[in-house]
Amino acid sequence: MSTDDLEPVEDFRERARVWLAANMPPNIDAYFDRTDERRTVEDQLQRRLWDGGFAGICFPADYGGLGLTPAHQVAFNGEVVPYDMPYSLNVPTLGILAATLVDFGSHEQKARHLPAILRGEERWVQFLSEPSGGSDLAGVRTRADRDGDVFILNGSKIWSSGAYAAQFSMCLARTNWDVPKHRGLTMFLLPIHHPGVTVEQIRQVDGSMEFCQEFFDDVEIPVENVIGEVDDGWTVATRLLVHERMAVGGGSQYTSGRSVGHGGGGGDDNDLIDLLRARGLAGDTDARRLLAESHARRLVARHLVERVTGGLRSGALPAPAGSLMKLFTATNQARRVEIALTLAGPEAVVWPADAEGATEIAAGIGRATLGRQGIALGGGSNEIQRNIISERVLGLPREAAADRDVPYKDVRHGSR
Amino acid sequence: MDLELSEDQALLAATTRRFLDAESPTTAVRALEHDPRGFDPTVWRKGAELGWTSLLVAEADGGGSVSGRGVCDLALVAEEFGRSVAPGPLLPVNVVAEAISRSAGERLRAEVLPGLLDGTAIAAWAGPMPVTADVDGDRTVLTGRIPIVEAAAQADHVLVTFVDRDGTTGQALLPTTTDGMTITPLGGLDLVRRFASIDLDGVAVAPDQRVGDDASADDAIERQVQVAAVLQCAEVAGAIDQVFTMTVEYLGDRYSMGRPLASYQALKHRLAEHKLTVETCHAITTAAARAVADRTDEAADLASVAQTWLGTHATELVQDCIQLHGGIGVTWEHDLHLYLRRVTVDRATHGTPEDHADRIADLLLGAAS
Repeated sequence: MSTDDLEPVEDFRERARVWLAANMPPNIDAYFDRTDERRTVEDQLQRRLWDGGFAGICFPADYGGLGLTPAHQVAFNGEVVPYDMPYSLNVPTLGILAATLVDFGSHEQKARHLPAILRGEERWVQFLSEPSGGSDLAGVRTRADRDGDVFILNGSKIWSSGAYAAQFSMCLARTNWDVPKHRGLTMFLLPIHHPGVTVEQIRQVDGSMEFCQEFFDDVEIPVENVIGEVDDGWTVATRLLVHERMAVGGGSQYTSGRSVGHGGGGGDDNDLIDLLRARGLAGDTDARRLLAESHARRLVARHLVERVTGGLRSGALPAPAGSLMKLFTATNQARRVEIALTLAGPEAVVWPADAEGATEIAAGIGRATLGRQGIALGGGSNEIQRNIISERVLGLPREAAADRDVPYKDVRHGSR
Repeated sequence: MDLELSEDQALLAATTRRFLDAESPTTAVRALEHDPRGFDPTVWRKGAELGWTSLLVAEADGGGSVSGRGVCDLALVAEEFGRSVAPGPLLPVNVVAEAISRSAGERLRAEVLPGLLDGTAIAAWAGPMPVTADVDGDRTVLTGRIPIVEAAAQADHVLVTFVDRDGTTGQALLPTTTDGMTITPLGGLDLVRRFASIDLDGVAVAPDQRVGDDASADDAIERQVQVAAVLQCAEVAGAIDQVFTMTVEYLGDRYSMGRPLASYQALKHRLAEHKLTVETCHAITTAAARAVADRTDEAADLASVAQTWLGTHATELVQDCIQLHGGIGVTWEHDLHLYLRRVTVDRATHGTPEDHADRIADLLLGAAS
């Protein structure tokens, strides 16, 4: 079907506006709610989108999607702001894993899973990082050994958000130790609640239990669960990371409404304004300028995402330019948290037992500082993003690597 | 540069770049250092033929944009000016030409606009800060000092803002030869951008010299501030883009201890951060240009956000690129200082980053009491 045959974007927008008003509940700012109850609500919201014919706008029509264009998705995103949406499905399920499945899944994999994902019946996560080191992603040591029609998986993955509440994963494992590290990897479609898979939750500094570690003990994976080609998992992983940067930046064509971890400068400045007024700083020049800086940074982030996602889509920017959004989101957020901490004063660290209003805002800022570096580490650390930008956007010389062109079995690893 | 240009816009940018490369290389910029005018009138007139002065002027007045968004088109020209640290009164002439086209009477449009459009006349913009007006019936008399006005000593006309004893603001376009007007050239950092102070001592304003009326003056002045912000930011974005490109090339070519400087991770990571700064500067400038062109509710906010962002980050970027060049970076011979001069002057004129932060805070919180 050529683009000419598609429903015009403005007609689609109008139809969506009417349908959303009649069918979706109002926005309750539940972006960061990670309870089981909330997850159930979001799965139901996704089902409602599916039943209304508004799920998977850019997903292929052959696999349950609408087969429309990014312009339709952007129009839809403009209309959903007032409504409650299944935010946590956007990242990673829809924007990262389902998107990668569209690119590399077999017909059977896509037919079985994409419609189920779009109906709100499956949550997915990626199993990439390992306890032995996260930045050297291609250096994974989880092994999958071929045994007839199955691979036998052994090893461990870590830092997978929400794996305990997901059903499926993409798992990167080493299938060939006799070739250099990037060439011996394979991506697998792995059910999480599967014999031999153990999931443990990790307690974070802010008390949350989102991150998980997984242990694999002789897990059998059928050969048909390979995503892409055997020993070509790095190609799949690289594309997965491109989708991740787009989705976390807020520029994915596969997500509807705001994404959690969205670096696109969403939200507003109301908390800081309330705080300033409550602390009697609304007339203080230094405080006003800090507020202005925080506001400016929010808008700059939003427009950087707009520029980079547009440039990636049109080809004006190379795919690794997605790292610009990731790096800015992290460093910009760090500075904005510092500004908020400055404006909040002592109540950010010591608060009344029954904190509410401005004192609760201040306490929230204090708690936010504890996890500030999380966004600078997850999805590729700032240091890795700077490597990517300098080497693959600017074309500067690659770092020397002791493991290049060496069979992976001969590469030293771990601590001495 | 905006990554989503129409064919006509891309052509305007490319034509301007080729023209400036040929007619205004940095050797020509340096040669104008002691020229009292600071620009070559012949080059300026040829540039006017390319559209440098007409993009914000209505078609009925002999102007016209290439994309329907004149501010975005002109921002492309300003960016090329920054890229080649070009001389010439681009910002004041365009701000004033738009103001005349939009709200001046027939006489000014007929007598002043054609000269501005073909590049034979120059206009200065005295900015939003008002001088004092004494009104007595039809007679308005201006008194006061405007300390820094770009191209005032080179201009034929100057657009002045005034406020009367009742607090009513207005604007008038006055010949720079008006009785009671004293224009004093100033020195400054930029080799070719000229500034002067203007003293008004009982300068009479005739009704047909007024631009706009009392009711529209505040909006018109705000519009001028926004257009000036976009043009200045676009120029700075073009300048830092060029400096960054020069620096990446230099670090790739220069070897130290047997390897290119660009292979050292400490330097690569700095260049990555600078790339990010260049991209954020382009992104916010493009957003501001579009909002100002379309007169959206966000125009004032985005214009000042762009000014705080570029004002704060551009000078730091250029200074660190000088650091990355080593000793050659602080010589007269190398062109880097031309760019440092330009972005440093831009940072401190048409509102400092702090002034624009105060404007943003006013929008968010209401004016400070």
